[in-house]
Amino acid sequence: MQSENVIQVKDVSIQFRLYKEQVNSLKEYMIRKMTRKLQYENFWALKNVSFDVKKGEAVAIVGKNGSGKSTMLKIVSGVMQPTFGTLDIRGTIAPMIELGAGFDFELTARENIFLNGAILGYPKDMLEENLDEIISFAELEKFQDVPIKNYSSGMVTRLGFSIATIYKPDILIVDEILSVGDFRFQAKCEERIQKMREQGTTLLLVSHSTEQVKRVCDRAILLSNGNKILDGDTEEVCNLYLDM
Amino acid sequence: MFKGQIANFKKYSQLLKQLVSRDLKTRYRRSVLGFLWTILNPLGMMIIMTIVFSTVFRQGIENFPVYLMCGQLIFNFFSEASTGAMGAILDNSGLLTKVYVPKYLFPLSRICSSAVNLLFSMVALIIVIIATKFKLSWTIILMILPITYVCIFAFGIGLVLATTVVYFRDMRHLYGIIITAWVYLTPIFYPMSMLPENVKRIVSLNPLTKYVEMFRQTIMYGQVPTLSANLKCLVISFTALIIGMVVFKKNQEKFILHF
Repeated sequence: MQSENVIQVKDVSIQFRLYKEQVNSLKEYMIRKMTRKLQYENFWALKNVSFDVKKGEAVAIVGKNGSGKSTMLKIVSGVMQPTFGTLDIRGTIAPMIELGAGFDFELTARENIFLNGAILGYPKDMLEENLDEIISFAELEKFQDVPIKNYSSGMVTRLGFSIATIYKPDILIVDEILSVGDFRFQAKCEERIQKMREQGTTLLLVSHSTEQVKRVCDRAILLSNGNKILDGDTEEVCNLYLDM
Repeated sequence: MFKGQIANFKKYSQLLKQLVSRDLKTRYRRSVLGFLWTILNPLGMMIIMTIVFSTVFRQGIENFPVYLMCGQLIFNFFSEASTGAMGAILDNSGLLTKVYVPKYLFPLSRICSSAVNLLFSMVALIIVIIATKFKLSWTIILMILPITYVCIFAFGIGLVLATTVVYFRDMRHLYGIIITAWVYLTPIFYPMSMLPENVKRIVSLNPLTKYVEMFRQTIMYGQVPTLSANLKCLVISFTALIIGMVVFKKNQEKFILHF
């Protein structure tokens, strides 16, 4: 396999404005603008972060809460634009930042498969072909025609995972979601991700579980307060993370 | 780059279909009469307004029920579509912060589902036409022209509203008032001829007046809309669309910071 870079993140920084108080109405805005009380702080959620991910690699991003991990994933998946820096992505991305984002709880599982699949950009005939497979992996055969508002949260998550992973994307982005569901289903998820990796999918994972990172990934990146601290072997990075 | 956008639209056209069908499915879910409401609602409104206004404005309008309903259908479509489009970005903020999807699809889907509703409401219009023994002309097929124009106009306005409401939530409430004023400035239940000169000028500046009048022309008066009327409508609709697209495109990357 040729090892080309599928993700290239170059000097990416992103700035947020933290308003002291959220101003959402015109009246408030005018009053504050006039009295010069419209105060905000500039906050850099990521500062000059660069890294490359080669095709087929599994890379973890670790760090404490608020270190910029999720923001990094959102930039890679195209949800946010960096303030500075560039990004080069080659291939299709399946973002699993939150499972079942975009589910309509009034609709049934079957209807949600098509809705959620369309949100992820999956073709309809592919979804139709794999409908039974999606439902059986999520273990929802008995409930496929029930509106998902009647589901337990575990059932919703299982359905979300099952839809997102039915398609073999070039790049799979996973945020913290493997920690949901019972341990048996977690194992099943990991197994499926492993299978996708064998077929050449690149994985970018955010996790707080160093166990999982060591088990699933080949390489890890440690972020702290928006800075890249270390990029290297999972063992080494996880040890530094735990010592922080 | 243009090519890329078309390819992107093709990829997500499935999503547009799904969003529209979701809107239609959930709207009447769990109501006994379901889709029938799309027809019953304008019928009921028409009957009430006909009774209320039968003595006031009726002079000078032949077949008041059809006249009223033509105006109502177009205006209600515009009001529903633009209000729906306005909330489309905010209502889906949870999704937009997690998955990349072309954002304009959400306002567009609301316009499309309102348009589907409008087509179903046409059944109500046909019922009224038959019940009042009104004679139809072939020009009724030309009603597709004003409907297309008002759809484009509503999308343009909807894009501006959807952008504005992200920054200023007040817009939602303000727009309710604007819509109420707009009803009275559109010749829905009164004839243009009864207006005093100065009010008439304002009312004829209202784009919706043009669409409503063209709609009536094709359905009630058996006339083919003139080329100049068509051009005027086209210019208004596309101006609204272009303004909407520019405003939306300029701001869409910043939405996520204001949810």
